[in-house]
Amino acid sequence: MFETNRREFLHCLAWAGAGVVWTVSGGVLSSRALAKAVLSPSDFHFVQISDTHIGFNKEANPDPAATARAAIARINALPARPELVLHTGDLTHSQKPGEFDTAAGLLQELQTGGVFTVPGEHDVFEDDGREYLARFGKGTAGSGWRSFDSHGVHFVGLVNVLAFKNGGAGALGAEQLEWLEKDLAPQSASTPIVVFTHIPLWALYPEWGWVTSDGEQALSYLRRFGSVTVLNGHIHQVLQKIEGHVTFHTAYSTAYPQPAPGTAPGPGPLVVPAGELRSHLGLREISFRASDGALAVTDSKLG
Amino acid sequence: MHPHKKRLASVLALALAAAIHIENFKFEPARLEIAAGDTVTWSNGDDELHAVVADDGSFRSGGIDGDATFAHTFEKPGTYAYRCALHPQMSGTIVVH
Repeated sequence: MFETNRREFLHCLAWAGAGVVWTVSGGVLSSRALAKAVLSPSDFHFVQISDTHIGFNKEANPDPAATARAAIARINALPARPELVLHTGDLTHSQKPGEFDTAAGLLQELQTGGVFTVPGEHDVFEDDGREYLARFGKGTAGSGWRSFDSHGVHFVGLVNVLAFKNGGAGALGAEQLEWLEKDLAPQSASTPIVVFTHIPLWALYPEWGWVTSDGEQALSYLRRFGSVTVLNGHIHQVLQKIEGHVTFHTAYSTAYPQPAPGTAPGPGPLVVPAGELRSHLGLREISFRASDGALAVTDSKLG
Repeated sequence: MHPHKKRLASVLALALAAAIHIENFKFEPARLEIAAGDTVTWSNGDDELHAVVADDGSFRSGGIDGDATFAHTFEKPGTYAYRCALHPQMSGTIVVH
């Protein structure tokens, strides 16, 4: 069984970002062609966008507002309105005046039932998150973490950019971990859980700070659930990892790509030929099938 | 040499001596020794934003964009550990004698 899963996982990895639908049910993973993902009326779907970096103006993308707008147009043109949209952080790039205004204005263009965000380090480094919380913190606890339920799925938004640890890792912090443990305690093990956060919860590439130092503690609270989907941003590329019933999905940015782990001297913005930029940017659609509780994750490119 | 120019030259020399360059997500040099009253200038050679923040909170740059600089004068002797507020894997130390 393990070998089968492993083979399928490797097969899917080869297709990462090319429009494969992932189906996760009770920890068993399968992939299938996009066209076969038929939804019934009781099913629902939602969208993840990430790393809009409004205010970035270097060669890798002189106009990230335009590419964010392209992603939003793509979402608004979906055949069915998404139930909600998650933004997994780095709405802005440098917290200069006006950046949050532009980002908030763009999010308002989304035709959806609700927009939920978590901050990235670019949103909070200047003021420890005060402006972010004032604008986007409604309904959250602590430094912006939250949970809510939709169609039987329990969503948890975690903040791992405000407790940076010596040694160079994002962290959740003791207060948030305590909140998470209490939040999950009353949930039944059969409730599908979707976690969204900015920095990868696992040690993806600690040398570049792509790790949450106390992420393992959070995962220990999540392992008893039959289906856990962890969505994050930060690394501006699509990568998947499966660990038991927990699947991790890093997302495209809508602004600029970053190098694959370890393939460059540092994780700086990756400059690609201008005509190719949109093929390195994208968004993610997640469909929930009520009949068997399966979640299908589809990454698509902007161009 | 005009006294003002002479002063400018000495300030420039100090600034050069106490310069830290950021390249590929690293502070270079990572450890710098200076005298009390010296000014340290950080320059950012990356396309990514960086921000210097002292572990003890004694100085904080705000965003340093690519090709921009930040300067801070160290008045008191001591050892100041700092890191990048955006990329905490980047760290450095200023020793003030």
